[in-house]
Amino acid sequence: MATLKVPITVEDHAQGPENAEVILVEYGDYECPHCGRAYPIVQQVQKHFGKRLRLVFRNFPLSEMHPHAEAAAEVAEFAGAQGKFWEMHDRLFENQARLGEALFLDLSEKLELSTTALRQALEQGTFEARVRADFKGGVRSGVNGTPTFFINGHRHDGSFEFETLVSAIHQAMGTAKSA
Amino acid sequence: MAQSNPSNVTPIHGGGILAGGAVAPNFTLHVTPDQTLTLSDLLGRPVILAFYPADWSPVCGDQMALYNEILPEFHKFGAELLGVSVDGPWCHDAFAQNRHLHFPLLADFEPKGAVARKYGAYRATDGFCERALFVIDKNGVISWSYCSPVAVNPGADGILQALEDLPK
Repeated sequence: MATLKVPITVEDHAQGPENAEVILVEYGDYECPHCGRAYPIVQQVQKHFGKRLRLVFRNFPLSEMHPHAEAAAEVAEFAGAQGKFWEMHDRLFENQARLGEALFLDLSEKLELSTTALRQALEQGTFEARVRADFKGGVRSGVNGTPTFFINGHRHDGSFEFETLVSAIHQAMGTAKSA
Repeated sequence: MAQSNPSNVTPIHGGGILAGGAVAPNFTLHVTPDQTLTLSDLLGRPVILAFYPADWSPVCGDQMALYNEILPEFHKFGAELLGVSVDGPWCHDAFAQNRHLHFPLLADFEPKGAVARKYGAYRATDGFCERALFVIDKNGVISWSYCSPVAVNPGADGILQALEDLPK
């Protein structure tokens, strides 16, 4: 069974309390249609568990397949460096069909981030190393496609349908599924 | 595991894949319709042999596409990655172009699955290869192997670990 090899640190993008019962890590790609489909499901899962769950998102852009995936990941990191990771993360998934420079600049403007700084960051690859580090850590942990989820450090090999995720998380909590 | 007499081992599904320590059976397979590749030509550097069921698996980030992304990590070890399935060379060609694969796909096409059988990685009842991974050292000896359930993409963590564990 594949396990998460890179521990969660303060550098990670996370939502939910640090001491939550369950930590759900998603390795995702903003251009991957499956990740796009998982996005609202993960939100439902977060809602379902409330403060009992902490969500961590890490980059796993499949750039050979998805021409905008790497840039999108860097855009999210750019926003993250200014405390707006999740705002950007959500908007990227919500506008998955329109990924590209025009959208990146548009979103950055909407989030009141400097478009000049964004252009520069993309051109200079400021966040490339960060994205690459996520990717490498994912490979080492047995990420085998996108999205790949880890529940309390164990790779979730089932589907990412709401029911499946919820029941796997319940299992990790050591409680029987109640709902 | 089937380690004692690798050259004669032709197990069917369930017989187990060749394990670490066995000499990697040599083979020559088509890599394109008019080119072949012989395993022993790669002696001197590690080889990753990835048997997989079929081209055109309908999922995003399927096994070959994933390895394609990870290729630079494999190359850091000087390793050569070879994908193998029973699909023919024209099929591989189209698949590799479609997915922008930057490594060779070998056609274990005629006689069908003959190489996979030598490695114990053929599913006779299904007529395609197991999802079986082999890391072969620079001397042509299997140093690590792993057979994943056919529906589970094994990822690359095991391969990278095996490459790391190779004597320098």
